[in-house]
Formats: sequence, structure tokens, C-alpha cells
Amino acid sequence: MALGHTPSQTVGPFFAFGLNHEGHQVLVTDATQGERIRIDGRVIDGAGVAVPDAMIEIWQANAAGRYDHPDDARSEKPLDPAFHGFGRCGTDKDGRFHFLTVKPGAVPGIGNALQAPHINIAVFARGLLKHLWTRLYFEGEPLNADDPVLALVDPKRRKTLVAKRSNGKEPGYAFDLVLQGKGETVFFDI
Amino acid sequence: MADPVPYRRDQASEQPPYDYPAYESTIKRHPDQRLVILPHTLSEVTGPVYGHGKVLPEDADLTRQHKGEPLGERIVVTGRVLDDNGRPIPHTLVEIWQANSAGRYIHARDQHPAPLDANFAGAGRAVTDADGRYRFVTIKPGAYPWLNRPNAWRPAHIHFSVFGASFITRLVTQMYFPGDPLFPFDPIYNSISEPKARERMIAHFDLDTTVPEWALGFQYDIVLRGPEATPMEH
Repeated sequence: MALGHTPSQTVGPFFAFGLNHEGHQVLVTDATQGERIRIDGRVIDGAGVAVPDAMIEIWQANAAGRYDHPDDARSEKPLDPAFHGFGRCGTDKDGRFHFLTVKPGAVPGIGNALQAPHINIAVFARGLLKHLWTRLYFEGEPLNADDPVLALVDPKRRKTLVAKRSNGKEPGYAFDLVLQGKGETVFFDI
Repeated sequence: MADPVPYRRDQASEQPPYDYPAYESTIKRHPDQRLVILPHTLSEVTGPVYGHGKVLPEDADLTRQHKGEPLGERIVVTGRVLDDNGRPIPHTLVEIWQANSAGRYIHARDQHPAPLDANFAGAGRAVTDADGRYRFVTIKPGAYPWLNRPNAWRPAHIHFSVFGASFITRLVTQMYFPGDPLFPFDPIYNSISEPKARERMIAHFDLDTTVPEWALGFQYDIVLRGPEATPMEH
């Protein structure tokens, strides 16, 4: 029989000195392959108020669509020694976070399905006894139309998972996380 | 490629709900909409196993990060990170953070009028060994008041952050100390409805871990989700 799992508890309000390390929001170096993107977002609560004590973690494939993990053994997709795919960023007093990364390639889904390029996201905060899971997809990506995970989501709410192109100096995307209420982000039970 | 082996899901009674009004910060921060259940794809069963930066042995000794020794009761906290099949999770990052012995965090927003300790920051990290074991040396954190309700106090705890074998096994939790009189009053601890599951968050005092003439020892194992079918050995 399987062992019982250790329960989750909130990250609380005072985690920054333990978990937020300078530079963890930058996933790329000069040597990283692929299209560099900047992701900017805010975390908003059910009263429309910024969440200044959240932490966002991201996990993604490289530009070729390969995860840097032993369970992704598809040797036909190259690993990038200058990209590992994990990032972490605490929110500031206005609830803002950002990441510098590359746009991931498409990755396999269940069966013969192909998943559109996406970034996996975990949201931690005071008031979240267990972290929330979501995904970031990219505006203008043709594969979104056939993505098997987006297909599980109420069409009216899909747009909460699609980051909008922003008009900064570098290719950028805007992606807000709304924890509750109007425009609530779709969160997943994985 | 073959579909990934799915991970076992949590029992509802062994994890906290998002909406738990006794912990007031959940009220405006829990989703109202039902979560969308996802099958486990490569995106879920992979996760960061590299790129945590260099973890040094001294990162696991919170009493040796400053000029002098911190005040308080020196303790050893050790245990194994396992999956629910009982397999150790080697080479995974364990991060901890905590209040000092007076119950004060170094965080700027902690306004509890208890002294800071110039010799204690309260953050550490370690990577598990081949047997899934980690070991920290620290001081026992104090209980502290918080603003959830009038006269609300948190039981003494150490925050733990663990990665495990994939992103799906990601866990942030709190380790408590045996026999804490504040347990019945703490909504965060009591947000887990199943008493047996709740008690998994309590470390065990262990005389064999205790270092004679030096520090009390506590054992604290962490069990993460594991794959439903045990993968074949290669």
C-alpha cells in the first residue's frame, strides 16, 4: 500500500529571505538557443488587490521542445546546455513578477497529441494552503487551436491562460494571475 | 513515445482546501471556480533536477552562517525524502526557513516585538544524499503571534520546500515539534482534516539523532507523490 503524503502548508508571508534568490527569474544566458522573451505579470486577489507576497515558479521545455529531465529521453530533440527550464520570482509590492526566458517548443501530449508551446506555473502565497497550478500559452500561436489541455477548459475562460503580446523593446508577453473572481485564472488539479 | 506513468493523486483529507475561512488570508485568495483536472503529460512528470546552483555543506548549518553562534536551543533536524512507494528521492533540493528562537523572522515586514539575532538569518538548504537523506543544524524556532484572530499564535515550525523527482511532486510544508500546546488553536495546522495526515507534519524526537553534550535531534521524513506503477529497473 502506498504511503500517505506529507500535507502542504502555506508558504506564509515571510519566505522571501529563504526562497527568493537574485537571478532566479532569468533562465537564459548569452549561449541559450531560441527566441528570447520577457514575461511580465501581476498577481491579483479576489478584491482586485495586488498580492505582494506571492512566489511564482515556472518549468518549461527548451526552444526545441525538450525538457531537461531524465524522463524526457527523446534524443531527437536536443538538450541545450545553456537552458534548464526552471525559474522563480517573488512578487513586489505591486504584485509584479517577471521572467526572462525563451519561448518553449511544442511537446508531446497523451497519445499522439501535440501540446502547444506552454510554460507550467506554480503559484505560492500567504493564504494559499496549497500552491496553485496553471499554464501560460502564447497569443498568436497556431498550435493553441489543437492543444489537448486548452480543449479541457471552458472556451470562455481559455483566454486567462493565453499571455498577450506586449509592445516593449524586446519580445514580451503579459500574463496576470487572478486568484479569484472576475477574470479568475484557470487553475489545474494535477 | 509511450505516455508517461501517472502520479498518484492526493487524498482530499490529507491536503488542505484552498477555501478555509478560519485562516483569513484564504478568503480573497482561493479560486471560486472548480479546478480543471489534467492528465499527466511530459509537462507534469518532468521537473527541475538541475540548475539549483551550488549548494555548499555549510548551507545546511544555520548556526554557522555568522560571526558568532545564535541564541537558542541548538537542534539537528534530519530525515528522508521518499515517494509514496517508499523509494528515496536522491539529489533533490530541500530549502528551509524559520523564525529565530525568540519567534522573530528576519523579514522586514515581521513586526513582532521580539529581538532579532545578529547571528541568525534562519534560511538553509541541502541536497538529499543517495538514500534521500538531508540533515540540518539549526536552533529551535520560537512561537509567534499573528493577526489572523485576536491572540492568535503559530506553533513553532520550520518551513520546508522540496522539489522531488518532477514538478508534480513540488511541496511546500511546515515541520512542527512534538507536543506543542498551540496545535488545537492553529488553523493552518488544522486545515488538514485527517488527524493522521496532520501528524505527518510533526517531527519525532530521536535520541539516536541527538548529539551528546551538544544538540537535541529530530527526525522528519517527507513523503511525496510517486508514480502509480513502479517503473521497471533498467
